[in-house]
Amino acid sequence: MAGAPLDLVQLSAGVVLAGAVLALWRRDLRALTSVLALQGCALATLAIVLAVHNGAVGLGVVAGVVLVAKGFVIPGLLARAVRAAPGSRETAPLVNVPASLVAAAVLVVLSYVVAGPLTALFPSPLTRLAPLGLATVLLGFFVLVTRRKAVSQIVGLLLVDNGVALVAFLLTAGVPLLVELGTSLDVLLVVVVLQVLATAMRARFGQFDLDQLRELHD
Amino acid sequence: MTATTATVVAGGPSAWATAAASVLQVGAVALGGPLLLGLMGKVRARAEGRTGPPVTQVLLDLRKLVRKEAVRADQASAVTALAPRLLVASAAVAAAFTPLVTTRPVVATGADAFVVVYLLLMGSVALALGGLDAGTAFGGMGSSRAMTIGAISEPALLVGVLALAVQSGTSNLPGIVDASLAHPGWLASPQRLLALAALVVVVIAETGRVPVDNPSTHLELTMVHEAMVLEQAGPDLALVTMGEAMRLGLLLGLLANLFFPWGIDASVSGPAVVVALAALGAKTAAMAVLIALVEVSTAKLRLFRVPELLAGGFVLAVVAVMTGLVAR
Repeated sequence: MAGAPLDLVQLSAGVVLAGAVLALWRRDLRALTSVLALQGCALATLAIVLAVHNGAVGLGVVAGVVLVAKGFVIPGLLARAVRAAPGSRETAPLVNVPASLVAAAVLVVLSYVVAGPLTALFPSPLTRLAPLGLATVLLGFFVLVTRRKAVSQIVGLLLVDNGVALVAFLLTAGVPLLVELGTSLDVLLVVVVLQVLATAMRARFGQFDLDQLRELHD
Repeated sequence: MTATTATVVAGGPSAWATAAASVLQVGAVALGGPLLLGLMGKVRARAEGRTGPPVTQVLLDLRKLVRKEAVRADQASAVTALAPRLLVASAAVAAAFTPLVTTRPVVATGADAFVVVYLLLMGSVALALGGLDAGTAFGGMGSSRAMTIGAISEPALLVGVLALAVQSGTSNLPGIVDASLAHPGWLASPQRLLALAALVVVVIAETGRVPVDNPSTHLELTMVHEAMVLEQAGPDLALVTMGEAMRLGLLLGLLANLFFPWGIDASVSGPAVVVALAALGAKTAAMAVLIALVEVSTAKLRLFRVPELLAGGFVLAVVAVMTGLVAR
């Protein structure tokens, strides 16, 4: 693979990682859902380019599923949950934003170092991009660990999922249709469950903060 | 040094032509910087529904200040007198061999990204020392704030340029511009887009524009740059304003040529230089208008939120470098 298709794949992979950085950067929960939509569309673009380049119909269908699920449905559901409580922001993450951005820089470098032996197994322009996916996974975990709002944690989970999907597309030229359908439905289910949880939490406590759940022990 | 320069540009333009081009670059920055400041003020005024001062206002202010008597604080040492001169000198030296009008400036081999960034840093440090020297509370506060911001923005500037250096295989600024002229396809590569986003944040911080600093207020809670130069008056203040304007012109010109090198001259021949000068003016003016429009539509960040913005720029630059490494 070379030329314009490779450029497009590189650009999409770069956008996925930049989206993960943006998710750590922005406090506004509405901005997070737009970042997720952007990431989903970039992932779908990458899959479509790979499908067209390899002439793989199955991969094309997977790309369609990714576009609909990760580009529109899941961010749309999240955006609805956020709209229900206007002006909600990630006000006090466990690690403050500048420190978490520095940590992000370290994680990005770490994933580049760690993925070195992996890409050395089969060096090609596609596998060389795998560290970008790995970095997205690590940044997603970081969001999951340090953010308090339910919506931010869903975003972290989805970042991990997008990173895994990116690595899968780059290393294996696409996961089987059944597996992708399974994971997409799984994630969709998690989002729906968490949305219900978030709505119930807001109805009861007036906010999304998961730390408040401790009060249920009483 | 002349011998090495001659071998580098062997078959290219003569040493005299490159020297003339460098002088032209310094002149362009010295005249263009204040005009860009004036243009930004004009655009802001128009967007707010005012007529605003003319574009040449900064130059007129400079003329007025130069004619005034030099007044310095009683307690001030030689640093107060030295700081504005060092600021202007460092900006002028950086402008002489940064690829602004031509990619063949004098001592092109020395025009390394690190050299230019550290020359700019020298100017910032001189200004901060000047702010501290008079011993007033405002000067110290401004210097401390400026150094807090600079401590994050300077590394981000270096790392952002490093992303381009990785792609071009050289950290020599004219070399980077030459390489991007030779590969127009690089313009849309992911590392370039990420580095552009990072460097825009850095340039806004370095030039003290709105989300980071508001150049038009004198409110103690918010001012950064204005607090530092509060004790400067007359010709000294003229030099400080000149130095800041030159840094603005230099950074905008560098940003424009690193990412959009169209029109830059690579041969140091008469007509090409004129075209390059016009292209530089058009590109920097377009960026200045964009920055001014963003300034009008955004509010200044709280001082404690500024490191957040800059850290974001820094991480984007790191991501750009890594993307460059994996997508070579």
